[in-house]
Amino acid sequence: MSDRIPTPRWIAPESAEWPARFAHLHAAPAGIWMWGRDVPAAPAVAVVGSRRATLAGLDIARCLGRDLADAGIQVVSGMARGIDGAAHRGCLEAGGSTVAVLGCGIDVCYPAEHERLRAEIVESGCVISEEPRAMEPFKHNFPKRNRLIAALASAVVVVEGTARSGALSTARWAADMGREILAVPGSIRAGQSEGTNLLIRDGVRPLLSIQDLFEAVSELQPGPAAPTAPGVAPPSRTGLSGPLAEILSAMGPNPVHPDALSSALNLTASVLASRLVTLELAGAVLSLPGGLVARTFEGR
Amino acid sequence: MIAAAISCATRGLAGIPVTVEADLANGLPNFTIVGLTDRAIQEARERVRAAIRNGGFTFPSRRITVNLAPAEVPKEGTSFDLAIAVAVLRADSPAIRLDGIAFLGELALDAAVRPVTGVLPMARCLFAAGVRTLIVAAENAEEAALVEGLCVLPTPSLERCVEHLRGEAQLVPAAASARAAEPLDSADFAAIRGQAGAKRALEIAAAGGHNVLMTGPPGAGKTMLARAFPSLLPDLSVDQSLEVAAIYSLRGALRERPPTSLRPPFRSPHHSVSRAGLVGGGSGFAHPGEISMAHRGVLFLDELCEFPRTHLEALRQPLEERSVTVVRARAAVSYPSDFMLVAAANPCPCGHLGDERGCSCAAPQLAAYQGRLSGPIKDRIDLVVSVPRQPYGDIFSDQVEEGSSAVRARVDAARSRQSERGLLNAALQGRQVVAACRLAPPTRRLLARSGERLRLSARAYFRVLRVARTVADLARDEVVGPDALAEALHYRIETSS
Repeated sequence: MSDRIPTPRWIAPESAEWPARFAHLHAAPAGIWMWGRDVPAAPAVAVVGSRRATLAGLDIARCLGRDLADAGIQVVSGMARGIDGAAHRGCLEAGGSTVAVLGCGIDVCYPAEHERLRAEIVESGCVISEEPRAMEPFKHNFPKRNRLIAALASAVVVVEGTARSGALSTARWAADMGREILAVPGSIRAGQSEGTNLLIRDGVRPLLSIQDLFEAVSELQPGPAAPTAPGVAPPSRTGLSGPLAEILSAMGPNPVHPDALSSALNLTASVLASRLVTLELAGAVLSLPGGLVARTFEGR
Repeated sequence: MIAAAISCATRGLAGIPVTVEADLANGLPNFTIVGLTDRAIQEARERVRAAIRNGGFTFPSRRITVNLAPAEVPKEGTSFDLAIAVAVLRADSPAIRLDGIAFLGELALDAAVRPVTGVLPMARCLFAAGVRTLIVAAENAEEAALVEGLCVLPTPSLERCVEHLRGEAQLVPAAASARAAEPLDSADFAAIRGQAGAKRALEIAAAGGHNVLMTGPPGAGKTMLARAFPSLLPDLSVDQSLEVAAIYSLRGALRERPPTSLRPPFRSPHHSVSRAGLVGGGSGFAHPGEISMAHRGVLFLDELCEFPRTHLEALRQPLEERSVTVVRARAAVSYPSDFMLVAAANPCPCGHLGDERGCSCAAPQLAAYQGRLSGPIKDRIDLVVSVPRQPYGDIFSDQVEEGSSAVRARVDAARSRQSERGLLNAALQGRQVVAACRLAPPTRRLLARSGERLRLSARAYFRVLRVARTVADLARDEVVGPDALAEALHYRIETSS
């Protein structure tokens, strides 16, 4: 990696930097714009999902991004709002390399609020686009972009999405190319998990922890720094005293309001408030806008 | 012939004693009032002329000049009517003795004396200027009699007033009204089912004088909680209640709230209120706004995010300095505004963020909505609590809820601990907070860790410490322990991600 600030460069199929995995594409792009310090490399996993994700979904995407980075696996996604952004962020937080495949030109930042995220991705991974540099985001270009995401990854994890979500189109492209697909299951009543639940019904492997991913795809070997069973027994969980663990076990999978917890556990609002913050500082609980609290992916 | 009677003008809550001079001269019959008067005072000529005639006196057929001194001070309102009539009659008839008596009242055409606004602050000012006897309309007697040592003579009409001044039939002084048993506050915590978290947050806010924001979906009970909030607050001192009554007197709002009441006032302006209505202002002299009407009490802003941003910006100075200065072309006026802010807001434009129904707002819309709260107001809100929609079963449960009086006892105890330190916790600044908290090393470590994890700003640290100090006061702890700090963090305005 050099120290100079990278600029977007044109990569033709003859180039040494041309991602080898594009060979699996039926219609490979004529060339791509690539911008960043790193290049797409194996092993890589795509984490995709809805733009309008639930907070639990965002948390899962972020933890996945982090765990993949810890395992030395590159995270591929589409830099969209919601799940995509959270997966990139999680990966960057853990110091990993992440690849964003855009549906617009490489000079266009869409959505605009991801300007900083894009800069960080360029610093430690790369941004890719097959569109002309100044191409505005058009709806019809995004499904086309999804095939590149599927091509670059050895497996695709769909975190959340409705039945009509673009994330499912990525999964279809992945299936066509023989990539492994995993879906994070959700409640059958949760609209944002409709798509992933449909995938599971159709035979896609459910992802309950990152271990499922490692088992499903043999080429993904966790790196030396990989946690033993991430998402199941995180280090933060150890050392939580009895009353704190009791709150966690009373929380269930969905976000709840503290008032519901205090009546269920027969605690005063004061005591519960103080314990919830202790749990939050331990990373086991997340406080959500709207006043609800939820167990984090780590806090399970 | 020349005569002088005493009256008073107001400049905000302060008064300016005014000498009403009347001069009768030879010449064509004429009636002029000078001394920087407004329209209402010019119209007094017609009222005074008719009242004198209908009261059974003779209006002097002379060239009459009335001067309101000091002549350089702008004056407005109808409270000079009585003094003008008395001065004119005195100039005509030496049998009327005015010796040091002050007059406040508007005249009806049939010579009846009508009440005016601002009598309490004017009575205080006149008393301070050495006046010992004040004649007012019967309706104004109760508030004027609140000034200790002032002899207040209520008069129904100009004739009765003049009879008194001639020494014929004395007016009966108004007795300082006994403080009647206070009616109970309209809402009580016992009437609100569930909402344990919000009730606890309001208890802390009442104990430490903190500003508090409640968020929650429509219909969750935010307004009901806010209306019950004043029932947690201790009574006002007599001095404080006089300050409040003076402001209500200026606005002519004493009918809504008896001047002797010791309960803290509660104001809840709608979000369509004008900026002048909220912070004070208006044409001519600035009138006190809702924030001054809430002085020593509670200002409740429902649907906080619906208030125009400029209104919220205008609250910055009053929230910091506990008073507001309104500058108008003719004068700058200051009103006290030492209120506690209780605000309520929906978590998002559709109101269902975090609700079972799910939020249907677009991301940019959401960001814009929450952005409205940033800045000046956010910095002054110490506690944020979410108020969930109550499940059906809870609304009709038979569980007995704790009443306001029990909470108020704890609030009183916590406030007396604070008065030993000198200031309410909400008023503690920088170093004072840190000194008052007396953090032990483990608590310091917790604070440092939470700062990193929850990304607290410098201001946020102090907000959290102030609230933690109050939580410890409620628990009768000398030092702020980790539990109190953790609970205070629960009510912070920042979310972790």
